[in-house]
Amino acid sequence: MEYLTLFLGAVVVNNFVLTKFLGLCIFFGVSKNLSASVGMGMAVTAVMVMSSALAWLVYHFILFPFGLTFMTTAVFVLLIASFVQLLEMVIKKHAPALYNMWGIYLLLIATNCIVLSVPLLNIESNYGFLLSLVNAVGSGLGFALAIILMASCREKLRLADVPKSLEGIGIAFILAGMLALAFLGFSGMI
Amino acid sequence: MKNYWQIFKKGIIAENPIFVLALSLCPALAVTSSATTALTMGLSVMFVISMNNMVVSLTRKVVNPKVRVPVYITSIATIVTVVQLVLQAYAPDLYDALGIYLALIVVFAIILARAESFASKNKVIPSFFDGFGMGSGFCVALVIIGIIRELLGAGSIFGVKILGDWYNAPLIMILPAGGFILIGYLVAAWKILTNHMEKKQAERGEA
Repeated sequence: MEYLTLFLGAVVVNNFVLTKFLGLCIFFGVSKNLSASVGMGMAVTAVMVMSSALAWLVYHFILFPFGLTFMTTAVFVLLIASFVQLLEMVIKKHAPALYNMWGIYLLLIATNCIVLSVPLLNIESNYGFLLSLVNAVGSGLGFALAIILMASCREKLRLADVPKSLEGIGIAFILAGMLALAFLGFSGMI
Repeated sequence: MKNYWQIFKKGIIAENPIFVLALSLCPALAVTSSATTALTMGLSVMFVISMNNMVVSLTRKVVNPKVRVPVYITSIATIVTVVQLVLQAYAPDLYDALGIYLALIVVFAIILARAESFASKNKVIPSFFDGFGMGSGFCVALVIIGIIRELLGAGSIFGVKILGDWYNAPLIMILPAGGFILIGYLVAAWKILTNHMEKKQAERGEA
């Protein structure tokens, strides 16, 4: 039950993009196009789960026992950036089809706040290993949900007549505001 | 001296990191529900970006271009850790208010972008001014957003009550949705402002 609450909470109630404002750079950058958004959502979820697992192990078996917790931020960012690079190389070699589809997104998320924040939040909230993974899957899917919704709206928006000064990023922000307002309806559900 | 002023100025208006480049947006929304946290965040970023630009510029001749990004990240992470420790020691309340977003300065695109596009090619002093200007632009944007949101959403600025009891504060300004919508309009306002300034400059140039 605990797992289910955490999962649902991460997907809709505490949606990372719309209530915690994480990953906004890619959220606004990639959401111009629906198929790119789907790819990005999947890539973020996969990287988030793997790096959460890795970061949890490093924190609990290296940083904490040796009293190096003040270095958590620096270690995590290097760990995740190098892990993503490694993942990119492995995928390129062993699954070229997958690489052609989602490869470019991997590099974009190597140093991104949403991928770094989930491991940090897991440590901060004292989650166990499994709970951390559930949180990572939920947060990743929440991100995917938000970016896909946003991309669908923006594709429609292309046909709309937008005031000149609001064009581009301005109207995208207002759209995100509307989405956030809609997601507010989920708050208090859990 | 005039040259440094130019470098400094472009970061604030023409290339404002938030309103024009739309980089590092996460903190622009997350910590701006009050002006105080917005200012703290802005100053922290200003410090990190100027210091990092100096470090990158100093080491630009010894760092192999192939490994430059990991080197930049390490340098940024070290400076951020210093900021974290200082704030934790001297301003624990603010440290708690900023929470995870302080650690996330490490991955702000704007810092890496300035290191890559300016500091790695220029001397130390111009690099410092570039970082300082970009950091100030970031700080100014954050404080503007913070003041508007706090004033409309809570009727106060920097925790000081401005509007009296008659003001029925709409909660939406403090909530995420209000932040998004406000930034949308601010981006538009900034665009009108810079267009207007450019037009004036062009007129002056012709005359």
